[in-house]
Amino acid sequence: MFEKEKLDQIKMSKKEWENNEVEKTVSRFPERKDQFTTGSGLEVNRVYTPEDVEDIDYNEEIGFPGKYPFTRGVQPTMYRGRFWTMRQYAGFATAEESNKRYKYLLEQGQTGLSVAFDLPTQIGYDSNHLLSQGEVGKVGVAIDSLADMEILFDGIPLDKVSTSMTINAPASVLLAMYIAVAEKQGVSEDKLRGTIQNDILKEYIARGTYIFPPEPSMRLITDIFEYCSKNVPKWNTISISGYHIREAGSTAAQEVAFTLADGIAYVDAAIDAGLDVDAFAPRLSFFFNAHNDLLEEVSKFRAARKLWAKIMKERFKAKNPKSMRLKFHTQTAGSTLTAQQPDNNIVRVAIQTLAAVLGGTQSLHTNSRDEALALPTEDSVRIALRTQQIVAHESGVAETIDPLAGSYYIENLTKEIEKEAMKHIDRIDELGGAPKAIEKGYIQKEIQDSAYNYQKEIESKDRIVVGMNKFKVDKEPKKDLLKVDPKVGRMQEEKLKNLKEERDNEKVKISLNELKKAAEENENTMPYIIKAVKEYATLGEICGVLREVFGEYQQSVIL
Amino acid sequence: MAERPIRVLVAKPGLDGHDRGAKVVARALRDAGMEVIYTGLRQTPEQIVSAAIQEDVDVVAMSILSGAHNHLFPKVVKLLKKENANDILVVGGGVIPEDDIPSLKEAGIKEIFTPGTPTTETIDFIKKNVKRK
Amino acid sequence: MELGKRLIKGDKRACARLISLIENNDKRAIEVIKKHYDKTGNAHVIGITGPPGGGKSTLTDKLVKLLRKNDKKVGVIAVDPTSPFTGGSILGDRVRMSDLATDPGVFIRSMGTRGHLGGLSKATKGAVNILDIYGVDYIFIETVGVGQSEVDIVKSADTVVMVMVPGLGDDIQAIKAGIMEIGDVFAVNKSDLDGADKTALELEMMLDFKKYDTWRPPVTKLSAVKNEGVNNLLDNIIKHKEDMFKSGKFKLRREKNAKLEILNLVEEELMEMVHRITDEHEGLDTIAKKVAIRKSNPYTSRDEIIKLIKK
Repeated sequence: MFEKEKLDQIKMSKKEWENNEVEKTVSRFPERKDQFTTGSGLEVNRVYTPEDVEDIDYNEEIGFPGKYPFTRGVQPTMYRGRFWTMRQYAGFATAEESNKRYKYLLEQGQTGLSVAFDLPTQIGYDSNHLLSQGEVGKVGVAIDSLADMEILFDGIPLDKVSTSMTINAPASVLLAMYIAVAEKQGVSEDKLRGTIQNDILKEYIARGTYIFPPEPSMRLITDIFEYCSKNVPKWNTISISGYHIREAGSTAAQEVAFTLADGIAYVDAAIDAGLDVDAFAPRLSFFFNAHNDLLEEVSKFRAARKLWAKIMKERFKAKNPKSMRLKFHTQTAGSTLTAQQPDNNIVRVAIQTLAAVLGGTQSLHTNSRDEALALPTEDSVRIALRTQQIVAHESGVAETIDPLAGSYYIENLTKEIEKEAMKHIDRIDELGGAPKAIEKGYIQKEIQDSAYNYQKEIESKDRIVVGMNKFKVDKEPKKDLLKVDPKVGRMQEEKLKNLKEERDNEKVKISLNELKKAAEENENTMPYIIKAVKEYATLGEICGVLREVFGEYQQSVIL
Repeated sequence: MAERPIRVLVAKPGLDGHDRGAKVVARALRDAGMEVIYTGLRQTPEQIVSAAIQEDVDVVAMSILSGAHNHLFPKVVKLLKKENANDILVVGGGVIPEDDIPSLKEAGIKEIFTPGTPTTETIDFIKKNVKRK
Repeated sequence: MELGKRLIKGDKRACARLISLIENNDKRAIEVIKKHYDKTGNAHVIGITGPPGGGKSTLTDKLVKLLRKNDKKVGVIAVDPTSPFTGGSILGDRVRMSDLATDPGVFIRSMGTRGHLGGLSKATKGAVNILDIYGVDYIFIETVGVGQSEVDIVKSADTVVMVMVPGLGDDIQAIKAGIMEIGDVFAVNKSDLDGADKTALELEMMLDFKKYDTWRPPVTKLSAVKNEGVNNLLDNIIKHKEDMFKSGKFKLRREKNAKLEILNLVEEELMEMVHRITDEHEGLDTIAKKVAIRKSNPYTSRDEIIKLIKK
């Protein structure tokens, strides 16, 4: 980015400075460490200069917001037009209680909903299933049938809010229920805005709520792509997630690499299913983690955008620029929260919020201070939301686009992360793509190695976590925590019993049989699932039929 | 003759798939010279107890992040008792509120390790409290 | 009640405890085996081996499920490599056999190699004896087919199943050199992968190089994950068993294995004796030092040690 002559001068003065000023100081006051690294272990120099960005071509690699390669952002005006969507992931206990929490959040100025489902729902079991015992309503809301979904969105106009649903293996069932609720509200499906996570590959890698084996799972995903491209055009059909990969212990560069490698697999699958890349790619969205190392995280987001743009353009020959834009949701890093001195977490979340915003996120969930202990209380959730509002309205960082661009460090680090991520993606390509690399355990092993190193650094105090391995207090004050009523399980079971008495069981049976046939005969399953949920077939019944046809995934690779 | 290494069953009861903690602990126990039998995700208390018996382990270490600990941890202890295997040391970890810990300990879970516990602490606890056969 | 009595009554805990004891070379377990050895020999022992990543545990899981349908009692010994530095290990084969955990007719035991040479094959042999007394009809020993001690383990089985997967390329050559000849039945797992046919063909060609009298090892293509073709493999295992009975090879094989087992035990006992006796005198290290600087020689040293033992 600089003329050669100027660069030579800068290099010379840097040498001079190192030999004189630095040398003198270091000989008297040695630096804190021999080697400085980012949170993910990339080496960090004492200082960055134009020399470190000399081979970066501005127009080609950085460019302008809303323009290829989108390094600086996916829209031309970014937060000058509209702030990111403040979207707190919430849901617990019954649909009634979660509905109350959503209304509260909307009143507090939240601009989108984000639904957390309990584990039985995520794994396709009804609340009365044996494996559901003790889990109903714990990490999210329990949904057994359309009846629960109707309560969940009662009084919330689905043409006005955008809703994100963290649901993967049974994503089509929950989307079908959402479409059915909207229809009852008089809202047609083409008006619906929102996202389903629908990212099964990272479930095998890191999150663990899979149901079916990879092949039929990929087919269910492409069924959704196809159905939505025709009928629910504003819906984001997948949120390709690095969040959980990072939570499982990966580095920043691995997070980018493994997420994009998953993305490549989905695009491949959709193209193989006969879809045109520009028909579905604009509806792909991503989901990343915002960790503590502020500058590394900002660089990570920039590198991810640039890499995806290149992949879509060069590898998949996309023509529509919208196919090349990496839009993403961010959540602050749950794994950085400490159970010790939990109020410190407010500060961590604030730094992570800055990272997400300076990195150009489209929407953000901020974690609450008490989440290393339990689900957050209403007070804690409010502080988390306020953190976003303070960054938006008071910090000034949203007034100009990508304000850290041009920093020698940021540009250099963006490039480094891109290179590092590309190395992993190449390796995964060599192994035959993400699904194969997962089957062979390559991705899981890489993540586990990073996680174990991280833990060892904390225990050797090479890495300091304030309040945990340094600056500890003896007595921690008691905190108020949210308690989920253990009766929720029984209440859901009761509801299910009543439902099965009231609905037309003959019609349910017919709709389930039709779904089974469609699944066996490779027809798009989506319309049949919609039909079944409208007859109040339960989530467990629908997934049960699909389990019969597809079988179940068995975890294979371990350590 | 080398002394028999401590055998530990590391298990994930319940439905949550967050096994980072379980796997990090498994590796740390291995590096401390123990023999770790890893069961994988979504284990019912019955499966855990059955594996613990067949593997003749000294310790059962479980991790739950979903909040189902009050239901599942005590159930494992109860089933072990039924099998006359209450000499097996049972410990737990995960996102577990302080308020729940006393009742879990009363139910027979000897120690609860919450987020941020160094693995060395877990190792020391096991070494000190295991009943060698 | 004493462990031996509980074992013949089919008590799982006693069985588990005795396997721990035999793993530790504990006299109590040896006594139980001595006392009840006449009750062994009924279980058919199947060794499952092959390169890492071949899907052996998943295949074992599926084979066991098939046998369970016929109400056969089954024992599984899953052997995993040990971390050589700390002696610790992570044994993860159970993950793929989760459904079997609560089946009362199945007993699964994971074993680490614990670093000591030879000890593993002795421990597995002991565990086989205990499971046999416990009363199972089939015993699977599953282990990675690398290293001499692993080969020794599967060699002692009645039927050895070699599990291959497509795409190993040169590895097949390497494996062929070492352990091809011990396979009685061959499986090509992951038959849905490209190259499965080629791998099967290569195996058939390699097998054709050898001459056979009654039994020529069959090759079965299958997918353990999809549970396709596993029944064919089981059929071949049973056929091998029947062929051995008919041809009289079964008796010969068990005699050969018994001889190996006795020799192994004697060898190990003798080695221990050597260490113990030299320790009582100047010690093996001192003797070795003398040989190294040519103050003595290995042959004289041997003679001296043997003399001490004979005393």
